[in-house]
Amino acid sequence: MSGTRVYIGHPGPGVKVTAEALVAADNFSARYDLDLTKGIVSRPQHKLAGQSYVGKILILNIAKGGVASAWMLRDMVLSGRTPKALILNFANPIMAQGAAFADLPLIDRFDVDITAAIKSGETVTVDPAAGTLTVTT
Amino acid sequence: MKLDDHQQAMLAGAEGPARRAAMEQIVKVGRFFDADDCVAISQVHLMADPEALGPSGVDYLESLAVMPLAERRVRVPSITDPRGVDFAAYKRLGQTDAMADLERRATAAFEALGFMMTNTCINYQSVIPPVLGEHIAFGDTGSSIYANSVLGARTNFEGGPSALAAALTGYTPRYGYHLDARRRGTTHFEITTHPKDLAEWGALGGLVGRAMRSYWEVPVLSGIAGPVTSDEIKQFGAALASFGSTPLFHMIGITPEAPNFAAVFDGPVPAATKIGRADIDRLMDSYRPKDDKLDVVVFAAPQLSLFEMRTLADHLNGRRINPNVALLATTSPDIKSACDRMGITGSIEDAGGMVLSGVCFYQMYARDIGEANGWKRLMSNSAKLVNILGGYGYEPILDSMSACVESAIAGRIVGAKS
Repeated sequence: MSGTRVYIGHPGPGVKVTAEALVAADNFSARYDLDLTKGIVSRPQHKLAGQSYVGKILILNIAKGGVASAWMLRDMVLSGRTPKALILNFANPIMAQGAAFADLPLIDRFDVDITAAIKSGETVTVDPAAGTLTVTT
Repeated sequence: MKLDDHQQAMLAGAEGPARRAAMEQIVKVGRFFDADDCVAISQVHLMADPEALGPSGVDYLESLAVMPLAERRVRVPSITDPRGVDFAAYKRLGQTDAMADLERRATAAFEALGFMMTNTCINYQSVIPPVLGEHIAFGDTGSSIYANSVLGARTNFEGGPSALAAALTGYTPRYGYHLDARRRGTTHFEITTHPKDLAEWGALGGLVGRAMRSYWEVPVLSGIAGPVTSDEIKQFGAALASFGSTPLFHMIGITPEAPNFAAVFDGPVPAATKIGRADIDRLMDSYRPKDDKLDVVVFAAPQLSLFEMRTLADHLNGRRINPNVALLATTSPDIKSACDRMGITGSIEDAGGMVLSGVCFYQMYARDIGEANGWKRLMSNSAKLVNILGGYGYEPILDSMSACVESAIAGRIVGAKS
């Protein structure tokens, strides 16, 4: 199994998915950081500003900011302009509530800094029921 | 996660699909945070502006609203956060009929569920403030942090779907800030200056918020000389919750769970990070642009209290706002009615300002109305608003209410130091 790395976090909502990772050590709020119509990160100071998160495994540090994300994640999923999964070092209740409502795969609380462990462009399999991220290189 | 017989029955669908979906939401979130069981809550404050809801969210609410009355009515007093459209003003602001239609549909659905449309984020000042130890489900970061910290009530940030679940069942998962252990202080800040005005209280909240590493961190502030007013601590908390993701703080000698260090820290008091005058000045200066162009002045986030509205009216009374600059103030419908009666609205409107009712600037399609009106340079005394709008295409500036008003009248930025 050389070339495979597994990271273990806390199980969360959603089904198993595989996609390319989009990673930054920045924090995350759907309302403050994203342009949901264009499907890009819009906050100018964000490291991923201008980049599309659509179809990616979005890996960021912690959930920040307001409560609107709880509604917005489901609208994002239904619109199709959505990341395939959201991976955070620490989710807050808003992200957990939003992911539960949207059935968006979410895992957090790893034993490593997950934003340092995974590089953008790597292929990652997210298994929310098991709470695992598997990287195949 | 343990459920009692009533909760099990709701989860099994015995009380209809709305309460079943609500219990499913509660169980999913409870499991994610390893909750042992549910806690009964006494009131719900729900955030669900139409921009956040989106058409799909409104469709969802309408699907609940057509269910039989016994299956859809809320189980505890349930009130609403600011809406996205003030029907008396939306056309002047460049909002569209599509936005207004979505607002009408959402409001009708909430009314069918039994929500009381208070449309305010300062319910702790204007509706029913909860009391020490009361378990509640509040859904605005500003109302949550105030209820937890200043009043000693107990809530997590309950985003719309979870606040709705709490309203339909009367319960929320028992985790986070419902638990004694989670309410202990984790980080210590020593404040070596005293904020001069509401903008600086917000700046202080922003500085603490930026230092927060997760939702679970509880900052403890020492060195602040009391007394502190409701509006000051409201601006502080709203900014802290916005820059961070923080639902609880303690202020030694000021907030009810923090009479002294021993009450909030287990063991020795952690070494303090000092925050002083230079830190506040640096945060405020970081928003100051190179030139003095100004498009709009906004007082919002949180909505203004009756006292703030009075102060604003006194600043503007008998004066005239520059025609090239817009000035908006948002407050709750109840406070707006009081302001109408007391001549406060008249003073602001006679000067050329707009008083908006039941909305808050960043919850009313701020990006769209900025584009519709050509607003980019925005000045406010709310650190929370300034923090949010950076992501919405604005160039926001933070300064005192008086500096904001003087700038609106001059038609260009004239800071407190000018």
